[in-house]
Amino acid sequence: MYSVNYHRAASVADAAKLVKAGDAKLLSGGMTLIPAMKTRLAAPSDLVDLSKIKELQGVKVSGKTVTIGAATTHFDVANDEKLKKACPALVHLASLIGDPAVRHRGTIGGSIANNDPAADYPAALLALGATIVTNKRQIAADKFFMGLFETSLKEGEIVTAVTFTAPAKAAYEKFRNPASRYAIVGVFVAKGKDGVSVAVTGAGDDGVFRSKEIEAALAKNFAASALEGVKVPAKNLMTDIHASADYRANLIAVMAKRAVAAANA
Amino acid sequence: MSDVSLIVNGKRVSGAAEDRTLLVHFLRENLGLTGTHVGCDTSQCGACVVHVDGKAVKSCSMLAVQASGSTVVTIEGLANGADLHPVQAAFREHHGLQCGFCTPGMIMTATDMINRHPEGLDEATVRTELEGNICRCTGYHNIVKAILAASKTMSKGSKGKARQAA
Repeated sequence: MYSVNYHRAASVADAAKLVKAGDAKLLSGGMTLIPAMKTRLAAPSDLVDLSKIKELQGVKVSGKTVTIGAATTHFDVANDEKLKKACPALVHLASLIGDPAVRHRGTIGGSIANNDPAADYPAALLALGATIVTNKRQIAADKFFMGLFETSLKEGEIVTAVTFTAPAKAAYEKFRNPASRYAIVGVFVAKGKDGVSVAVTGAGDDGVFRSKEIEAALAKNFAASALEGVKVPAKNLMTDIHASADYRANLIAVMAKRAVAAANA
Repeated sequence: MSDVSLIVNGKRVSGAAEDRTLLVHFLRENLGLTGTHVGCDTSQCGACVVHVDGKAVKSCSMLAVQASGSTVVTIEGLANGADLHPVQAAFREHHGLQCGFCTPGMIMTATDMINRHPEGLDEATVRTELEGNICRCTGYHNIVKAILAASKTMSKGSKGKARQAA
């Protein structure tokens, strides 16, 4: 790892000031950034640690409105009793990220700001129609995730929370890489007052996306059987040593079927 | 450089370290606690697992300065003098190790797992929870057996030996 200057931010305002220094990067759980720095894929001059900021932590559920602080760890999301009632699908998703030690450190804000094409949370936030709150503004999820490792965050802008309305039904199904356990395909299905939405991670050439074909079939009938014969086009899907685009296209339909069955269970 | 102050295995320690120093290197090189191992160095294998503020974390993926102000427990902090911690005793009893390289991380992960499941553990849960720890010798069977046995011992109220911080 190259030399770096560490700063621990006491508040979001403090972090916003500190991040202006040199080529600074925001650090949350560090489960991606620290490994990237170790391999010298990332070499920030300064790190601004957000993980000790109180105002960024915790899950709030008020009626149907769920708000999760950006520095809330996957472990805390996976074990939040109020969230288990309001949106068990998101609790399940968080419990599938990495391994227990990674879940103790990694955070929801860090995950979405990094927008890894195989990250789990982007699928959930896109399907739930969530809003990403920053220290400057509020951004709808479909305007936030912009491609591989890209978001609409501006230089130095800090994600402070995500918020969404709890769906009537939802589920997440993940087909995992057998060794590293990330999503080769992950499908989050949500049924709310605005209809059905289905978001796919791990598969898109351009990161997380919504599957129009599956949404159209489920809009008519929210049942796994409605997806019989539905073909997801392989165009714009990733091919790598683990799975071809055609295989991923098939997996999207299979994971969607399982997710709908789980959401209806 | 930053001053890193920690409570490690119950003792207050501090030292200057470059900001880029990983927690595992601070423990091993500055404090001489070489029980915590560096295996893959890519946060996959879990040989470096320690407890920071009561939670199992991979110390190769955290800066020492990030942990400053925290309470850390390493493998050296589990036994009570000559009395092995119940998880260590179970690993010995059930032959839960061969070469022993992954063992410190396995035991720290197991201890955290057992603490988080006071209701008890089943085999499927143990195997799922071991996702972040790799062993290249045992085939895991005896590790799983040891953790299940330790979980039983610890829930039977022999908690006097299992220190709270662990």
